[in-house]
Amino acid sequence: MAKVPVQFSLNGSEKAEFVDSGATLLAVLRGKAGDTSPKGGCHQGTCGACSVLIDGELRLSCLTLAETCEGAEITTTAGLAEAGVLHPLQRAFMDGFAAQCGFCTPGMLMAAKALLDRTPNPTREDVVEAISGNVCRCTGYEPIIQAILAAARANSHNAA
Amino acid sequence: MPLTLQTFSTIADAGAALKASGTRYLGGGTLAVRAANEGDLSFSTLVRATDPALSAIAVEGARATIGAGVTMAAVAAHPGLAVIARAARAVGGPAVRNQATVGGNLFAASPYGDFTVALLALDATVHAGGGAIPVEEFLAGRDGFTGIVTAVSFAMPRDGGFRFLKVSRVKPKGVSVLSIAAVVEEDGDGRVTAARIGLGCMADRPIRAKAAEKALVGNRLTADGIAAALAVAGEGTVPPTDAVASAWYRAEVLPVHLKRLLLAR
Amino acid sequence: MRLAKNYFADERRDDLNEIGQGRPRADVPGHVTAKTTYFADRNFPGMLHLKMVRSPHHHARIRSIDTSEAEKHPGVVRVLTAKDVPHNTYTILILIQIGPEDEHVLAEDKVRWKGEAVVAVLAETERAAQEAAAKVKVDYEVLPAVLDMEAALKPGAPLVNEHHGQNYYMYDSGACRKVRFGDVEKGFAEADHILEQTYSSSPIEQAPMETTGCIAVPDGNDRFTCYTNTQAMFFTLDNTSIILQMPGSQLHLVGGTAGGGFGGKVDVIVEPIAILAAKLTGRPVSFIYSRHEEMQISSPRAAETITIKDGVMKDGRIVARYVKGYTDAGAYSRHSPYGAQKGAAHYPGPYTIPNVWADTYCVYTNRTPSSAMRGFGVTIADFALEVQMDKLARLIGMDPLEFRFINAYRDGDMKAHRQTTEGAALIECMQEAARAANWPVAEKYFALSSHPREG
Repeated sequence: MAKVPVQFSLNGSEKAEFVDSGATLLAVLRGKAGDTSPKGGCHQGTCGACSVLIDGELRLSCLTLAETCEGAEITTTAGLAEAGVLHPLQRAFMDGFAAQCGFCTPGMLMAAKALLDRTPNPTREDVVEAISGNVCRCTGYEPIIQAILAAARANSHNAA
Repeated sequence: MPLTLQTFSTIADAGAALKASGTRYLGGGTLAVRAANEGDLSFSTLVRATDPALSAIAVEGARATIGAGVTMAAVAAHPGLAVIARAARAVGGPAVRNQATVGGNLFAASPYGDFTVALLALDATVHAGGGAIPVEEFLAGRDGFTGIVTAVSFAMPRDGGFRFLKVSRVKPKGVSVLSIAAVVEEDGDGRVTAARIGLGCMADRPIRAKAAEKALVGNRLTADGIAAALAVAGEGTVPPTDAVASAWYRAEVLPVHLKRLLLAR
Repeated sequence: MRLAKNYFADERRDDLNEIGQGRPRADVPGHVTAKTTYFADRNFPGMLHLKMVRSPHHHARIRSIDTSEAEKHPGVVRVLTAKDVPHNTYTILILIQIGPEDEHVLAEDKVRWKGEAVVAVLAETERAAQEAAAKVKVDYEVLPAVLDMEAALKPGAPLVNEHHGQNYYMYDSGACRKVRFGDVEKGFAEADHILEQTYSSSPIEQAPMETTGCIAVPDGNDRFTCYTNTQAMFFTLDNTSIILQMPGSQLHLVGGTAGGGFGGKVDVIVEPIAILAAKLTGRPVSFIYSRHEEMQISSPRAAETITIKDGVMKDGRIVARYVKGYTDAGAYSRHSPYGAQKGAAHYPGPYTIPNVWADTYCVYTNRTPSSAMRGFGVTIADFALEVQMDKLARLIGMDPLEFRFINAYRDGDMKAHRQTTEGAALIECMQEAARAANWPVAEKYFALSSHPREG
């Protein structure tokens, strides 16, 4: 099978891989790149568990072909903590019991990060909209919403 | 045959590649990659074009032209398209809107395709292969379409002249039970002079509610004035039964939601 | 959170280290850093992908299976049919002597539900496996199907499962599980009112975020490691041992965190065939349900139909209850004979009724086999029972909560299935709920308790 080269940065480190043309970014991240933080829940774009940031934009890695990510900056939950210090969202999800089985959590965190990066002080409606493409089957939406709002408050407190 | 991707810098070259059998155009991936992931073996080559014209938005005078590769997020964010932003925001969650394109939406099977419902009410023109045809005509013949849609264009409705509603079971967002878009022109006396109504999930693809449109003309947007239109709202519809709703349910609630949309001020 | 310490005060200790304390969850740091390992978060060189060819018919005889074109497809390593499976006919609960074996790992002469596994294709890529699966030719003779329990139980209905010989499970107690308590006819004769209602439910999919799946890896010594998201590790180990006729010492099952289960991952479906494939190919094998398979193929909660007939007095006492419950197992038993049995034991609900008669049937139809989901056998029963309670209260013009206070079970009460009630707290829960909701309840009900009745 023909392999194609693709280079991208993953959580700040440069990656160069030969991938199957037609391989999804999800498959390449979880396989070749060894980052299993994005999860494959539906492969249809309806669950959001595979969400990553591509050049800062929230995207579904299951519906994105790796080859189209040439030169892109990709951020996943595996890169959220910096130097072992948890991101405020991770801390808030822990403190607020916003993860049960954990499978939707990486996608939720990416959706939440995409929101807070643009809207540091979101309303509840903003938060609900931001995670509207992410399904949690353990039905912890309320703790997740509260955790994202708490992380935003912690951020603005730190900034002040 | 393994799935492969072919990338071309021009629409013409991509169009030529699409003439081969087993090919399919790749826009944002929400339809084509999904189909491949679900085991659709009818294509083994995805073809895409990176021509920047595909992602251009131009609002000049009273007319808007949106490149086929423009995402729902870009439509929703464009200041010149604020009147119709609601329809773009109705599509998917944020990640889907960052990928799903205006061109791709034209090909989405029910229960998807909410933005195309808006294009029907806007009486948009679909541009492809140097030609231009009305969106209604395009939709009717889309199964046999093999080219590349390059853009859609339409006359911008006046402020408040565009009505849109999407009904889903999951709040605030979910797959459509149905969606309705309407552009209604009224004279100085408040009587409807022209109306275009697009319906989503009332057939295998978005359709116009022609009988209701006709029944609105000459009447006012009041409970009495729209009664005749509501009575014929379901004419020509063949709603699907799927995991979201049954055909029966969709047919039952269509007049209810059309009423809410037409009476909303 | 508030602990209502005034209830059962003499049974409560305040010097406990864990009970009543808020504690961070042990697994949550792994979840928020995405370091939690799910079964599929592993890569093995040379891993094969398994795709299943499934029945497109609800009920059909298999005339022939032709895998020759599939075997020649590029990337295909092996194609498996029923004859490759050492002990192809099995049933999960045989481990606790609930037989007969009634299901096939891969279909033999018949398919009994739309989606039943017929042929397994192993290939280098998922896509090659899908393409080859499309080339498997199965010649079916379509048979009449029964798709609801009423049709299945009619005389002359098509027989769904020959291993049972009739379209219901034969318990040691006969065609149904039976509960007999008091004299139900006498109770009805005394009652001021009688209300008979039928309740029914559809199958419900558990829909976990992570689909059912496993990866089986040969370790080179004729031992196999299987990474799985099963909720039933030892059921899986022992059933795999039976199906593959392989001692448990050759099977190393590794579980861990499941991405949601809700009962949908207690059946033994993917592991035996994946381990067999790993054995026959000598390569790691991944068998992961697609989202479509998770929704359509994995067993849902059973559909149920429940008829409840109650005799009630004007003063609020229920004096007789007669129940007929039907559980739709689909084409195979899986956990449904047990679910139907649980229903029988549950039927009076948390209420003390002196005369009870319950019959619960486990019925076979040509539908997707049903199995476990959160309180299966009991949850739909509770839906029916509690709707019935509201209707009874309305019938005699009584407040529905006060009606429940009158009938609530208490410690020491004999339940219909001959278990003495212990640790009841229904009355106290209703008292607290009434206060929280400002629900008007007569003062005398706040004086009640779950402690044994006097005399």
